[in-house]
Amino acid sequence: MLRGMMMRLLAAHKPAVLAIVVLQFVQTTANLFLPTLNASVIDDGIVKGNTDLILRLGGWMAAIAAVQVAAALAAGYFSANVAMKLGRQLRQELFAKVQSLSSQEVGTFGVTSLVTRATNDVQQIQALAVLVFTMLVAAPAMGIGGIVLALNQDVVLSGIVVAIVPVLVLIMYVIVRRLVPLYRQGQVLIDRISRVLREQIIGANVIRAFVRQAHEARRFAVVNRELTRNNLQSALMVAGMLPLIMIVVNLSSVAVVWFGGHRIQAGDMQLGSLTAFIAYILQILIAIMMAMYVLMTAPRAAVCAERIQAVLDTSPAIADPPISRAGLPPGRRTPGGTVEFRDVTFAYPGAEAPVLEGISFTASPGTTTAIIGSTGSGKSTLLNLLPRFLDATSGDILIGGHNVRSLPLHFLRDSLSLVPQRAYLFSGTVAGNLRIAAPHASDADLLRALRAAQAEDFVRELPHGLHSAVSQGGTNFSGGQRQRLCIARALLRDAPVYLFDDSLSALDYATDARLRQALAPLTRRSTVIIVAERIATILDAGLILVLDQGRLVAQGTHTELMRTSTVYQEIAASQLALGGRL
Amino acid sequence: MTAPTATTTAVSSGGAGAWATGRRLLRLLRPFTWRMIAAVAATCAFVALNVSAPKLLGDATDVVVEGVFGGTFNEQKLGALLLVVAVMYLGASAFSWVQGAVTATAVQRVSYRLRAAVEDKLARLPSAHFDEQRRGDVLSRATNDVDNISQALNQLLNQLILSVLMLLGSLSMMLWLSPILAVIALVTVPFSTVVTVLVARKSQAHFSEQWSTTGELNAHLEEYITGHEVLKAFGRQGLATETFTNSNDRLFRTSARAQYVSGAVQPLLVFVSNLNYIAVAVVGALQVIAGAMTIGGVQAFIQFSRLFSQPIGQIGGMVTLIQSCIASAERVFALLDAAEIPADASALPADGAGQHATADTRTSGAVAAGGRVVFDAVTFGYGGGSPVVRDVSFTAEPGQTVAIVGHTGAGKTTMVNLLMRFYELDSGRITIDGTDITERSRDELRSMIGMVLQDAWVFTGSIRENIEYGRPGASEAEVLAAAEATLVDHFVRSLPDGYATVLGNDGDTLSQGQRQLITIARAHLAGRSILVLDEATSSVDTRTEVQIRQAMQRLRHGRTSFVIAHRLSTVRDADLILVMDHGRIVEQGNHHQLLSAKGHYSRLYDAQFAGGEESLRAAESGL
Repeated sequence: MLRGMMMRLLAAHKPAVLAIVVLQFVQTTANLFLPTLNASVIDDGIVKGNTDLILRLGGWMAAIAAVQVAAALAAGYFSANVAMKLGRQLRQELFAKVQSLSSQEVGTFGVTSLVTRATNDVQQIQALAVLVFTMLVAAPAMGIGGIVLALNQDVVLSGIVVAIVPVLVLIMYVIVRRLVPLYRQGQVLIDRISRVLREQIIGANVIRAFVRQAHEARRFAVVNRELTRNNLQSALMVAGMLPLIMIVVNLSSVAVVWFGGHRIQAGDMQLGSLTAFIAYILQILIAIMMAMYVLMTAPRAAVCAERIQAVLDTSPAIADPPISRAGLPPGRRTPGGTVEFRDVTFAYPGAEAPVLEGISFTASPGTTTAIIGSTGSGKSTLLNLLPRFLDATSGDILIGGHNVRSLPLHFLRDSLSLVPQRAYLFSGTVAGNLRIAAPHASDADLLRALRAAQAEDFVRELPHGLHSAVSQGGTNFSGGQRQRLCIARALLRDAPVYLFDDSLSALDYATDARLRQALAPLTRRSTVIIVAERIATILDAGLILVLDQGRLVAQGTHTELMRTSTVYQEIAASQLALGGRL
Repeated sequence: MTAPTATTTAVSSGGAGAWATGRRLLRLLRPFTWRMIAAVAATCAFVALNVSAPKLLGDATDVVVEGVFGGTFNEQKLGALLLVVAVMYLGASAFSWVQGAVTATAVQRVSYRLRAAVEDKLARLPSAHFDEQRRGDVLSRATNDVDNISQALNQLLNQLILSVLMLLGSLSMMLWLSPILAVIALVTVPFSTVVTVLVARKSQAHFSEQWSTTGELNAHLEEYITGHEVLKAFGRQGLATETFTNSNDRLFRTSARAQYVSGAVQPLLVFVSNLNYIAVAVVGALQVIAGAMTIGGVQAFIQFSRLFSQPIGQIGGMVTLIQSCIASAERVFALLDAAEIPADASALPADGAGQHATADTRTSGAVAAGGRVVFDAVTFGYGGGSPVVRDVSFTAEPGQTVAIVGHTGAGKTTMVNLLMRFYELDSGRITIDGTDITERSRDELRSMIGMVLQDAWVFTGSIRENIEYGRPGASEAEVLAAAEATLVDHFVRSLPDGYATVLGNDGDTLSQGQRQLITIARAHLAGRSILVLDEATSSVDTRTEVQIRQAMQRLRHGRTSFVIAHRLSTVRDADLILVMDHGRIVEQGNHHQLLSAKGHYSRLYDAQFAGGEESLRAAESGL
């Protein structure tokens, strides 16, 4: 997984990788060359008493040192550049992918986990890339060089070298195999740490109101302890790796002296070879230790690669249809906004009972269709099927005569303007939030939309008007203000279909009434579908759908329903009761 | 939080801030002083064994040499020596392991404490803080930055001691061999220091920027993923991608620079030490020719000077590691140093654990009698801005229901925020049963109040846990009773896992109305003496609301209640109605008094309530 990902990402940087290899080769060679020149200083300079030669050789050595530092610096530059580019690309890919995922798919991963994957997990892979580039040439060169030189000295004694390599490989294998599950768990725990903290930030007021800080601290401590234990376990394992390898290599040098000593006694080996041999074993040890730095980072990076790949491999259940634009109406959105549901059923995967069952109705342009029903009866779900936040399990949904599944997503969603139930605003300014719906809208357009949404007054009263700051989620506005800003945002888009998901709940009746009045001329040619709790809000709707436990139990106008639908009558009665009349 | 200013201050104040942060980081290790001493001792033992073992190995070689030249090969002596060497190597490895394990344990405990400190801090930050700072950035400090500190500290503590010991060891060996050449070798120290300092000056800023940009990117991601449906609905993924790409590019540039600049230290130091090596070789050679030194002496010296320069290079490399660590630590400490909620006036210190413990025991206490709430000339504006509540005065007698009406944005929710002390008054005072709310601890105050907010907050956990949140340790029967009274039971029964159903992902498996019912059940179970209902049922359908109405009335009975609602019934039945406009109470009284006054309320009533009701009645009469 990790290797595949690295290969795929590095393919785009072949020249840079090649440059790194060459530069590292140059700098390693230069470094090895200095002692050789030093040897000539002794052999040719000192022995012959040639002061000139000593100075000349000194000059050469300085030149080589300069080449070496230049090559090392250049290699460092390319390494940093390529490694960080890999990170940038992974983050970009992740972000693009996340944007194509449905809410359910985002939910399976969890918001914080996706965020962790794009930052922390990517960092681990970057770190590994930097190390690989640094050790890429040096470690294998030194290791292989050491082995070759050892073989050159004495083939029989080299058996020891041949024997320690598998032992070292085994040690690494055993440790890495145990590290991988630990690291996997560790990244999940980082997700959980973020999740608990995120919930604590979002729910800060509720936690304080119920004085549950201590409980929250305990909830956090549980995860924190688990993460600490996990990190400690992996750190201890990594800490154990180095001493184990040192033992093997050091004991092998002891073995070299023992067996070498006997071979020398037997006259099978030269005395000088023994000292050389120990030096080579040390060189192999250093190479292995360098490789170890890479190997210590590799398991965590591998786990991270796995987690990133899992996101990248998710094929969004809701995607553009695989057809061309052929058969599509011209323009960016559907010309007509007739919305038709044909025997639509929706069930969450694995759920026993469907949320919606056998829903059929038609909503025509220029009319308002209202959906009413008890809490949890599937009203919002029904609305979410239109922009394909969810896909119907069976049945067809048509908009302007086209099946929503046959339309490219951007085309479909451009044809809709939605006010979501959760009035979510982004951090930034009021104007910035409104322009999400219409990037090129002028300030005058914004004010017009705000006026219709009954939001102009309070926005004008803000210290910086349209350019006043909005905090994340819009928490610096009251619930009713947020809803109206979201309505204004939706109104900025001249769409064939408007969807209001329980968007007037936080408004008082007067504002609600004024808003609906202002809405009428703006949405005259459009299809309006509105989820509401209050009958007063939907009194003039051309069509009212009454949902009960996922079924469409009645549809018609208010007057018709008051005559025919017991559920609707109950709803009406309940509102009069709440109004204090019945 | 703005990256550019943070960068410039990091550059200009350079050392001072970084040193302070470094010292503070070290202070975190103080509880582990004994462990650190043990780690240093283990390292010393490791170095001693590791250095002397080769000497004995050399002796063993001499035994072999003796065999070749002397003719007698003492196999037993060789075996004995090698056995000692083997034991020494085993010991060295054991000490190395002890050192690694002790350090890892200390570092992980420090990370644990840092994360716990961040969490504890969140509980003590004023609500205003969360209005200003983005969630994702806070999360990044608790995860990415702490992770970075932990990894860096681990590597530092492991290598720094070892490198310093190696440095001292080889320096003393050189001094012993040749003081003159040792001086030449020592010349590299100032050079190396200058190189390191020059590089470090540059890289510090990059590291600060790298981690603040990581926080920024985290914030973007958290925000965009949370609001991804809105972006999709408006086809504005492009907009988000643009902002994200900008941050991503900046993160790339800044981390590539940080990596490159810090990575340059090692090659540069190798260069310095190579120059020194060349100088030693040349000067040494000339000395030999002059007869001042032997070839063997020069050879040995070169070896030690290499030994000497290796740790210098390593220490130089560690300086940049320290910088990255400090850049992260600065971010964590900045969060920990953020202005807190002013300390409670009561005897309880604003110290996390102590306060928590006492507060929790009180939570389960029975409903206190009383609850006379008085607002006296209260004025408040968010962030010290223009007042959103002006000179508000009223009295709520124990057991009364107070309805707050007025247009959206008139300051209704702010009144609740002030009563709960989520924000502190600019002037005036609020008393409960004669005691100023600032004279109690916040937790004590809040333990008297049950609250249901419009934004129904549920956390990852079962439905049962979410209800029980109102009163920890409530019995199964009590939870069930609260759930039944608030009709939560009704929909929970239809869920396959019932009360054990786990709510994840901001509770999106439930509808908004269902989440609101759960929060009502929570307050119901909590049973406090004062009740605050802020649009508690805005997303609950009216049939359900009629059914929980009795429960709500029972809940309000005998409790002083503050209600913000659009429903006429709640407002009409209230003992006191406060009519708010632009932060002021323009009228107060009960329904009949206010109607007959023919003032603000009656106009509001006609416009707000009568309209809807009349059309309903008209519709009904049309039957």
